Amino acid sequence: MTRKKRRLYTLLAGMGVLGVAAALVLYSFEDSLVFFHSPSDLAEKPVPAGRSFRLGGLVEEGSVEKDGVIIRFRVTDLAESVPVTYRGLVPDLFREGQGVVAEGKLDENGLFVASNVLAKHDENYMPPEVAESLRDAGHWQPEGSN
Amino acid sequence: MAIDFHKYANPTRFLRLASAVFPWVTGAAVLLLVTGLYMGLFVAPEDYQQGETVRIMFVHVPAAWMGMSVYTMMAVSAAAGLIWKHPVADLSAKAAAPIGACFTLLALVTGALWGQPMWGTYWVWDARLTSMLILLFLYLGYMALWGSFDDHSKAARAAAILVLVGAINIPVIKFSVDWWNTLHQPASVATLDGPKIHGSILTPLLVMGAAYMMLFLSVFIIRVKAEIMDRRLQIMKISQLQE
Repeated sequence: MTRKKRRLYTLLAGMGVLGVAAALVLYSFEDSLVFFHSPSDLAEKPVPAGRSFRLGGLVEEGSVEKDGVIIRFRVTDLAESVPVTYRGLVPDLFREGQGVVAEGKLDENGLFVASNVLAKHDENYMPPEVAESLRDAGHWQPEGSN
Repeated sequence: MAIDFHKYANPTRFLRLASAVFPWVTGAAVLLLVTGLYMGLFVAPEDYQQGETVRIMFVHVPAAWMGMSVYTMMAVSAAAGLIWKHPVADLSAKAAAPIGACFTLLALVTGALWGQPMWGTYWVWDARLTSMLILLFLYLGYMALWGSFDDHSKAARAAAILVLVGAINIPVIKFSVDWWNTLHQPASVATLDGPKIHGSILTPLLVMGAAYMMLFLSVFIIRVKAEIMDRRLQIMKISQLQE
């Protein structure tokens, strides 16, 4: 009985120590574990021009301009926004008001030159009719309804 | 306390219970799988943004749930094996591992197939996808570790410790989408303010979850039975050699 108890406590203590260690490691690596930086992060901690990183946020409403294969838009987190230019095809879910992650570099003028654009999907799932009626009732503004 | 779990640590009693529930569990698995797939692929409406691609979710999300649940169950078994030395505990963790690995692989593959049309990429190294890949490697490492020892009790101990150390990864997978910004979307079903999925899409998802659970139990029972028989055979061989 005492032996089983002792094994139980040893195991619990071991798991506890391991948990704390893992938490500390994850906490200290936080900067490299985030997949993208928001425009607000960028305003707080500017990234020098020419260094590659990922910029994420929403495609600002009314900011998308297409010019042949070149697409220009702004990525916003509703506080700050960054202009982006990209040459290539964007995924199906790329829409105004929809989440987006762009990989690329800032140039000298603060323009983000993307080498790749990924669409980010949110956690809401519903049939088109429901999205429609929610929009009609004015309860919720569906992203990318245009 | 209604059930005394320690009672089922006895292999004979465990086998009797397992044989009794096996036909029910298997029947439920077939029925739920057929219902869930039919509802998911034909009845459920398409999503307002994803279109038909949303149907991948009915295979993907429950597979990811199972990958994590099976691992958690293995960690509990492994702990029971280390602490109480129950003979069935280590065998149950060993029997569950390949099934959990299959579910995890299924989640990774279907996720990649969904990612290509929706995100525009099969794979990114964000926290959710990476921690899920680590889960697959933990399963594979666990199975390899069992295979690398000749001595059963040594193998059981080493494998149990590996499972428990890797268990740290489970909360990391679950909360990765909240702790760090990821490309993967946040939780849709298990959230504090209720599911963010419309009922017509949520129902087939939950049916598929139940189907996978029953499927797991069915395969698990077959595998634990085989493990127990194998163990008995080994012990018989050893005792014969000693005579």
